[in-house]
Amino acid sequence: MSNRIIKKLEEDKKLLSIYFTAGYPEIENTVQIIQDLEKNGVDMIEIGLPFSDPLADGPTIQASSTTALQNGMTSEVLFNQLADIRKSVSIPLIIMGYFNPMMQYGVEEFCKKCQEIGIDGLIIPDLPVDVYNEDYRAIFEKYGLLNVFLITPQTSEERIRFIDSVSNGFIYMVSSASVTGSKSGFGNEQTHYFERIAAMNLKNPQIVGFGIKDSETFQQATKTAKGAIIGSAFIKHLTEKGINTISDFTKTIR
Amino acid sequence: MSYQANEKGYYGEFGGAFIPEMLYPNCEELRQNYVRIMQEESFKKEFDSLLKDYVGRPTPLYFAERLSKKYKTKIYLKREDLCHTGAHKVNNTIGQILMAKKLGKNRIIAETGAGQHGVATATVCALMGIECVVYMGEIDIARQAPNVARMKMLGAEVRPALSGSRTLKDATNEAIRDWINNPVDTHYIIGSVVGPHPYPDMVARFQSVISEEIKWQLQEKEGRENPDFVVACVGGGSNAAGAYYHYLDNEEVGIIAVEAAGHGIHSGESAATSALGKIGIIHGSKTLLMQTPDGQITEPYSISAGLDYPGVGPMHANLFASGRGEFISITDDEAMTAGLLLSKLEGIIPAIESSHAFAIFETRKFKENDIVVVNLSGRGDKDLNTYIDYFKLA
Ligand SMILES: Cc1ncc(COP(=O)(O)O)c(C=O)c1O
Repeated sequence: MSNRIIKKLEEDKKLLSIYFTAGYPEIENTVQIIQDLEKNGVDMIEIGLPFSDPLADGPTIQASSTTALQNGMTSEVLFNQLADIRKSVSIPLIIMGYFNPMMQYGVEEFCKKCQEIGIDGLIIPDLPVDVYNEDYRAIFEKYGLLNVFLITPQTSEERIRFIDSVSNGFIYMVSSASVTGSKSGFGNEQTHYFERIAAMNLKNPQIVGFGIKDSETFQQATKTAKGAIIGSAFIKHLTEKGINTISDFTKTIR
Repeated sequence: MSYQANEKGYYGEFGGAFIPEMLYPNCEELRQNYVRIMQEESFKKEFDSLLKDYVGRPTPLYFAERLSKKYKTKIYLKREDLCHTGAHKVNNTIGQILMAKKLGKNRIIAETGAGQHGVATATVCALMGIECVVYMGEIDIARQAPNVARMKMLGAEVRPALSGSRTLKDATNEAIRDWINNPVDTHYIIGSVVGPHPYPDMVARFQSVISEEIKWQLQEKEGRENPDFVVACVGGGSNAAGAYYHYLDNEEVGIIAVEAAGHGIHSGESAATSALGKIGIIHGSKTLLMQTPDGQITEPYSISAGLDYPGVGPMHANLFASGRGEFISITDDEAMTAGLLLSKLEGIIPAIESSHAFAIFETRKFKENDIVVVNLSGRGDKDLNTYIDYFKLA
């Protein structure tokens, strides 16, 4: 079976992807959140595996990670919760986490587990493309996992081309130089950056993340890009409104 | 085999740069330029003259006669405690502020635990008239008030790290996040031989002035460049890296690394990374770190705030794994006792970090004619309250 992410990217529509932290707000919420997101028309989900020291994340995701860890979330617990997820959910699922917990689980074991469950891809912000390419690519490919790399407004054209050549799904385009959740709205600088990347005609479509929080930023980001990822804004919704009103959130986006 | 970093910043299997893409341009700019800049004549001249006239180098290599008599061996102290600001940390901050200037940066950020590195950074920023923001865990701000005041007096802004455990590792996370958010104008002055490549190698090179001086000073005093042993305490590992640097690949010189055991290695309150750590990733470096089986980084403990780091630099991880270094861990009680002893025998009140290094003589025996150089990384002024409370001196 070919990878669900690749099939989804072939659909003729702009994609809405949502990130949430596994084990937040309560340890048992993982499966319900995934199912509700799919029911409400979300195209793809990033399941955040919490880490004690999330370098690339802003306060909202950090705080949700701290709570999730206090709730007892671990790689093992997450895999157990997701064991039957493919009986009820068919959209692409991506695990987003930092490299250390994956190393401790065993990189190959981790990938194998992902394949068994039906995870389609991984986003590991602190596993650089160079290291992945030399040391881990073969393992990821063996288990049919797409690895998604980030680019930022500061990434050089040469490096973007390299990342494009190593990627085989989509490229995660970080909207601005920032950690997650720290910018409000997109200005000229971002628009130019989105256009500059679009003009490069990369082989992989781009999905924009960081700073997408409402319908306006979603529209701006997907004018040129294939889709957009919402993280902190969704976590805030869970914090404020709980997990039973997910449709109230998704309705405001599109 | 060399114990120095290779081209990619690896010491054996340790090191490298495990950083989010957002940090890549910053680290890459530094990586491409640091060796070249450090070798420029103008850089060397300015670095050397500031170390001499501002820091007060060379620091003495002092033969500790009474201590030697007590332990029946020849003990020399490398007096980094006499550096301006009271510890070796300033060797690195002088080097990095000059590097930042060469790279055209106009804003400096740093992390600090006890505040020693924060003070050393605030000092060089004042010297150069450059904006300075120091991240410090909220809990450390409360327990290190005098150093917070010093940084403020020097014109730095001290920002509390409110995330995670609100101590050094979280202050480091916050500094890294600041760098992600300010990728163009800012240089991050990291305080030890930790973090992504090229930091461990760059900081080790700036600190290497310590062993460079030991070599000629020992030649003057003993007619030989090589001691039998070099001893240093290891938090992140910068004073140790500096003391070992020119001896790393000379196996005639024994290397002894002293870690903080806190209340005891297996007490659950310890910072003895070599004994308790497993290989993993912390702050962008593949190294030994204290963590849960699931890979969450845990909070260390030591009475000395400067040794209270859950990882160790990749150079030291490799010295441990390869057996090149001998690692000894010392409890709070052993360190405090050694600090008091050095004060009474030599008239030198050491930083509690450095006291750990002196405590080994109680159990680690040396031959009578062995020459043992101990790096006295800092002075005890900052720790007076801790000593007073501990020994009920007041
Ligand atoms: C006097 C002194 N010694 C040692 C250390 C530990 O750091 P490192 O292992 O990088 O030398 C510190 C850190 O604050 C310190 O202040």
